Amino acid sequence: MAELAATRPVWRRATENWRIRVGGGFLFFLVAVALLAPLIAPHDPIDQDLLLQYLPPAWADKGEAAHIFGTDNLGRDILSRLIYGARIALIVAVCAALAAGLIGTTLGLLAGYIGGWVDQAISRLVEIWMAFPAVLLSIVLVAVMGTGLHSVIIAIAVIDWTRFCRVVRAETMAQKAQDYVASAVTIGLPRRRILVREILPNVMPLLLVLLTLEMGIAIIVEAILSYVGLSLSSEFPTWGSMIGAGRQYVNQAPWLMVAPIAMVIATVLALNALGDGLKDTLDPVMRK
Amino acid sequence: MSAGFLLKRLILAIPTLFGVAVIVFVLLRIVPGDPIAMMIGPGATPADIQQLRATYGLDKSIGHQFLLYVNDLAQGRFGTSISMRQDVMELILGRLPVTIELCVMAMLAAMGIGGAMAVTGAYYRGRWPEVGIDGLAGFILAIPDFLWALLFILFVVILSLSGLPISGRISHAISFDAVTNFYLLESLLRLRFNVLGSVLLHMVLPALSLALPLAAIISRVLKTSLNEAMTQDYVQLARVKGFTRFRIVAREALRNALVPTVTLTGVQFTFLVGGTVLVEKIFSYPGIGNMAIDAVINRDLPLIQGLVLTFAVLFIAINLAVDMSYALLNPRMRHG
Amino acid sequence: MNAASLSGTAPILEIEGLHLTIRGDRQHVPILRGVDLAVAPGEVHGLVGESGAGKSMVGRIVLGIAPLRSRVGAGTVRFDGADITHLNEAKRRKLMGRGMALIPQDPMTALNPAFRIGDQITDVLRLHMGLDKTAARARALQLLKDVHIRAPERVLRQYPHELSGGMRQRVLIAIAFSCQPKLIIADEPTTALDVTVQRQVLGLIKALQADRGTALLFITHDLGVVAKLCHRITVLHGGRVLEQGDVGPVFSAPKHAYTSALMRATPRYDRPGDALQPVPAALTEELNAEALAYDEARAGGAAHHA
Repeated sequence: MAELAATRPVWRRATENWRIRVGGGFLFFLVAVALLAPLIAPHDPIDQDLLLQYLPPAWADKGEAAHIFGTDNLGRDILSRLIYGARIALIVAVCAALAAGLIGTTLGLLAGYIGGWVDQAISRLVEIWMAFPAVLLSIVLVAVMGTGLHSVIIAIAVIDWTRFCRVVRAETMAQKAQDYVASAVTIGLPRRRILVREILPNVMPLLLVLLTLEMGIAIIVEAILSYVGLSLSSEFPTWGSMIGAGRQYVNQAPWLMVAPIAMVIATVLALNALGDGLKDTLDPVMRK
Repeated sequence: MSAGFLLKRLILAIPTLFGVAVIVFVLLRIVPGDPIAMMIGPGATPADIQQLRATYGLDKSIGHQFLLYVNDLAQGRFGTSISMRQDVMELILGRLPVTIELCVMAMLAAMGIGGAMAVTGAYYRGRWPEVGIDGLAGFILAIPDFLWALLFILFVVILSLSGLPISGRISHAISFDAVTNFYLLESLLRLRFNVLGSVLLHMVLPALSLALPLAAIISRVLKTSLNEAMTQDYVQLARVKGFTRFRIVAREALRNALVPTVTLTGVQFTFLVGGTVLVEKIFSYPGIGNMAIDAVINRDLPLIQGLVLTFAVLFIAINLAVDMSYALLNPRMRHG
Repeated sequence: MNAASLSGTAPILEIEGLHLTIRGDRQHVPILRGVDLAVAPGEVHGLVGESGAGKSMVGRIVLGIAPLRSRVGAGTVRFDGADITHLNEAKRRKLMGRGMALIPQDPMTALNPAFRIGDQITDVLRLHMGLDKTAARARALQLLKDVHIRAPERVLRQYPHELSGGMRQRVLIAIAFSCQPKLIIADEPTTALDVTVQRQVLGLIKALQADRGTALLFITHDLGVVAKLCHRITVLHGGRVLEQGDVGPVFSAPKHAYTSALMRATPRYDRPGDALQPVPAALTEELNAEALAYDEARAGGAAHHA
């Protein structure tokens, strides 16, 4: 079919795009770090050593080689916590983005294809949903559902599905006007089949870009939630909770905040670069 | 145009507000954990708990609660805060001016910074400063407002910039017997310049954190509009009239580029207001955003309801302001 | 229309051997191939040719608004005695307004939609004549009266979209004459207007020019207009000057076949029954071939496609 013919040059073009290389490369590195965490982390991330509190990084004076990035207020090794934090960040990013994407795409496809009152109802819902301050709503939701990885993921998905819905709806409406849909309808294919088999594959490239964007947002929201103490119990190392602790002790130990903030920023930049790169390479394909 | 237009938009806002109120009500009734039990000290008898419960109306059926809720809302009563033992409306109105002043300053900063970036980028079209500004905008956007806030704090601490405060609204050393809570406005009107200075100084970092993402977006959108405007015939005539390039970009083109920019960036202003929830917390800035997180953690239903509704009203007000400024800026609509 | 006996005074505009190329995707496309042209003070000079002949480019080079991708290869442009061919931005800006001005082609897009008419006239006055707000406004009012705009007080406060095409063109004419320039370039100023409005606007330009003695370079493809308005004429094709001289002699006894062909192709209101004859394709081909030959001769060998 037309898709297959287009994918071969696309793959080549994708790997040549510098944004995809840099962003994708960093993410690949991050995934590797997350997967190999038990092997590469120098210490146990929740291991406390109250004799070694507030150790500065190894290159500052009073620092120790055993703890390259220093230790936090409870004597836990920062580098190890950073590495394990990557696991949580990635899990949340992928799951939340997929969940938001699932909800938003389904509703967007329905709204765009069926139209009429279904579209009106869904659009109104999106409008009201977007009147909420997202940050506040996510905090409320997690407080409601209790802490834990699942509630963070659900909270992000529940709040940000509107992003997918609007875009997918617009794209579906554009696709619906195309000839191939008209011919599918005349053949007598059932609606569900048309949506899934014909329209969805053409919406895919756009979805891919949105997913990378959403992953970036998920990482930030998770950082916010754990900063506020609502993500996982503070034993678990998340970048956000490390930042939160860092804020508290910023006068005694400013370096506590630097590493986790840098990780969040780097990951989000990488995801943005990946998304932009995907958008660049997929755009001419979408034009077909 | 203005009065009827305004009225129509206000009327359209009501169902949205109602929808928000309903969703808030529903969400908070699903709360596991008993707020009353959290409030009351040990040694309380079941009778005490029951009494407190009745005070907050939590002993009635859901349907009954909803009716009471709507009734109270219509009369502007938001109930009493469970965690702070004060009337919710009073609490919110007391702190609202703080957040409003902060947000207004942040918006002005965003427009100023974003505008300057856009004009510079358009002026140096096709040359390296334009590329530089695009890169800068992209970088700023990648970092959300609360991370900017934290970064600023880091800089201040690490670089020991004692001149820039990182918490509070006004220096403890200064006493100000304010009549309203609009410190900025009041100190200006009463010519208390030392107060004004302190308030402004405390606003710098929080306002900047809120402003940066919006500034980056304004910069991008406005620059694109400016470049588009610069291709128009009237720009050519302006060149023939003998105006400098700067004047053409910053005046002739800008006036025309503002209209599409307002349409495209309008909604971002509401994100700025939403950002106060975290930024105020990070800087211990005593506005309504600061209250929000604590309210949630404490399961303070009435306060949470009040805050969410207040934010929704602010969002709607901002959307309205954006629509109005669009109408004002577009000459075709003023006489339409 | 007397052929102005303006010889003896130095020309206000003097173009000598002007060559212009535009950078395309792969090559430089020649647009002007050695144009010579002179306009005396107070003279109305018609620059005619078909679309693509390069006449608009001449105007744009003089005004300093040639497209970015263009390059002046050889030749000079002298204005009021000074060489302005490669003038820097700052000096050129000083020339505008009181030195030269433009009456643009499309009145619908040449005015800034976001500003009132009054502001668009007073801004030039304040820039070049140093007038203050009140004086500028009074002068703008007078200018609108000079271009026969009814209810000028109201028009000053209006926006461009509230005016008709004809009125907008009058405003543009007012702007052009506002700082009493020595030379005005009129780039097909009536092409975008209705026929009836055209006549009024042309009459207006003629009257204003005669009254103030401004030199006018009138760019058009309409020979009928040239006959009514101009003292001298230059005929352009493929960026080359084919014929040049006083209007009377050129029209009564054209020396170049192309000029005659153009005349036959022009509708005449006094002889509506005449059949129009388009310029013969053979003639056009011949002229194009001549142009290419010129390019090759200049390049000194086979024409390159860089």
